[in-house]
Amino acid sequence: MDTSLDLAPAPGASHEEARLRAFAPEVSQAADPTSPVASFGPDEPLAMDAGVALSPFQIAYQTAGTLNAERSNAVLICHALTGDQHFAHTHPVTGKPGWWETLVGPGKPIDTDRYFVICSNVIGSCMGSTGPASIDAATGRPYGLDFPLVTIRDMVRAQAMLLDRLEIPDLFLCIGGSMGGMQVLQWAASYPERVFAAMPIATGARHSAQNIAFHEVGRQAIMADPAWAEGRYLEEGTRPAKGLGVARMGAHITYLSEPALHRKFGRRFQGGSAPTFSFNADFQIESYLRHQGLSFVERFDANAYLYLTRAMDYFDLAADQGGVLANAFRGTKTRFCVMSFTSDWLFPTADSRAIVHALNAASAPVAFVEVESDKGHDAFLLDEPVMFAAAKGFIEAAARARGL
Amino acid sequence: MTTLRETAPWQSVDTLPRSDGARVDHLAVLGLVPPGARVLDIGCGDGSLLALLRDRRGVDGRGIELSREGVNACLARGLPVIQGDADTDLENYPDDAFDVVVLSQTIQATRNPRIVLEHLLRIGRQVVISFPNFGHWRVRAELAFRGRMPVTALMPEAWYETQNIHHCTIRDFVGLCRMVGAQIETASALNASGRPMRFAMPWWVWNLMGAQGVFLLRRGERS
Repeated sequence: MDTSLDLAPAPGASHEEARLRAFAPEVSQAADPTSPVASFGPDEPLAMDAGVALSPFQIAYQTAGTLNAERSNAVLICHALTGDQHFAHTHPVTGKPGWWETLVGPGKPIDTDRYFVICSNVIGSCMGSTGPASIDAATGRPYGLDFPLVTIRDMVRAQAMLLDRLEIPDLFLCIGGSMGGMQVLQWAASYPERVFAAMPIATGARHSAQNIAFHEVGRQAIMADPAWAEGRYLEEGTRPAKGLGVARMGAHITYLSEPALHRKFGRRFQGGSAPTFSFNADFQIESYLRHQGLSFVERFDANAYLYLTRAMDYFDLAADQGGVLANAFRGTKTRFCVMSFTSDWLFPTADSRAIVHALNAASAPVAFVEVESDKGHDAFLLDEPVMFAAAKGFIEAAARARGL
Repeated sequence: MTTLRETAPWQSVDTLPRSDGARVDHLAVLGLVPPGARVLDIGCGDGSLLALLRDRRGVDGRGIELSREGVNACLARGLPVIQGDADTDLENYPDDAFDVVVLSQTIQATRNPRIVLEHLLRIGRQVVISFPNFGHWRVRAELAFRGRMPVTALMPEAWYETQNIHHCTIRDFVGLCRMVGAQIETASALNASGRPMRFAMPWWVWNLMGAQGVFLLRRGERS
């Protein structure tokens, strides 16, 4: 793992920034990401649903492939809750390959030889786009909980501003899973004329009560950690690592499925065949979850986790349309491909069907595939040949229709 | 006692082109769909009928298909098809959502054919429906002389593995149409090779000689 830190402050960086960067790698990425950045000054504020005009702000993003002369082959990937812009690039903190290299690359369903692929870190996250770990220009301190509450629509507004900056008039394809799928739906609802094809995967048009409940447990775990320091931990020089780790452990269970856990770990003991009669990590599953918690803490900011989980909780596309989801898609020309996974209990197939029924009611062209998988919600990030085959078929047909 | 018309309403479909390998029963459906119509094909399989309608008639076609393989084949053809089930998914479509709804060789496999038919009439201004005729003479002969459930080209599986749980004859289906208040615009019977029977004939002949029935229905007044 790459934990080396560049201790020399970047030109123009404040003393506070330099101190933060030396303090923790994830904060280093928040201030100075290992990817291109689009900066928006006082004349281009982000109008947020919370009623705040965020300014200045920045969006960190990555691209792959080449934009064609007609500027018609752009694909926007929307990342999930704890994802980032490094979809096909080595992660600057963990050193791991890009998180969607299964789906994106030369010859893959999202073919970087044919399409110009963009992914930006969402507003409120901590990988270079402005969020609670960023420095508030007004105070010179990290925003912490002074950062305005973020919504999925805010994320999408910011992405639209990034496309404007890159002079990309419209998207050939907008695709994402989970929270990324929420952004895809919001894109299709907010900017239907800018989305030719949309693929919301393993997602829902609103966050369920059960999902809000899981998120609340995670947030309370963070806030119960004394090191969280009412959100001012960056200045206090502490980290709510225990709280964030527990939040991640709980959430990680929801990304898997009982059959997958059973297949991978069962009731097997860690390094032995008998219980130790202690609260050590006797079982392999305990050890695995602890590892998930620990490694997450090294790459993610606790406050960003609070903000992004909240953004998902608030998401309810129908609520913005008088309770009728179909109204969000009325008159759309966008072609949709909705996808779910049989063992996903976080965003079960019923959630995807609700989207499909609304699209049908709005007469939108929609395809729907339920992929057989026992890998749970995270299946969309994994090697799922049925998903790849369906995605390839849909994307290639859409490319033909667009003349790509 | 229902009073069936003496002669079935005749649709001239035997002038359709059939040189390109398209299924003859699909060509029969093609003849019933006006150009540019909005079409929902329920149980659309690999999308070959929808693709034919799109390419020949310029229709705006949608599909529902139960099998994942079928849905993937449709996606590759660029057809908007959802993985779903006629028994459970039709209730989510609004009234008059489509000009034509097609249910090809599927109604006998649904759990509740009457409710499915009522949904079809509600969703589509016109309904094209085809089904294997259990009154066909071969079927009758199998039952009468061999005492066995028939296995035919249109019903190829044995009784213990078939998806077909609600068999009916052409006359049975006409009875259901009356019950749900469907108007029969045209009807035709296709012979065992899938070609339309050429002459206007009384229902009982169709019921005996037709391997499958193809009906064009419209919502009417309940009797």
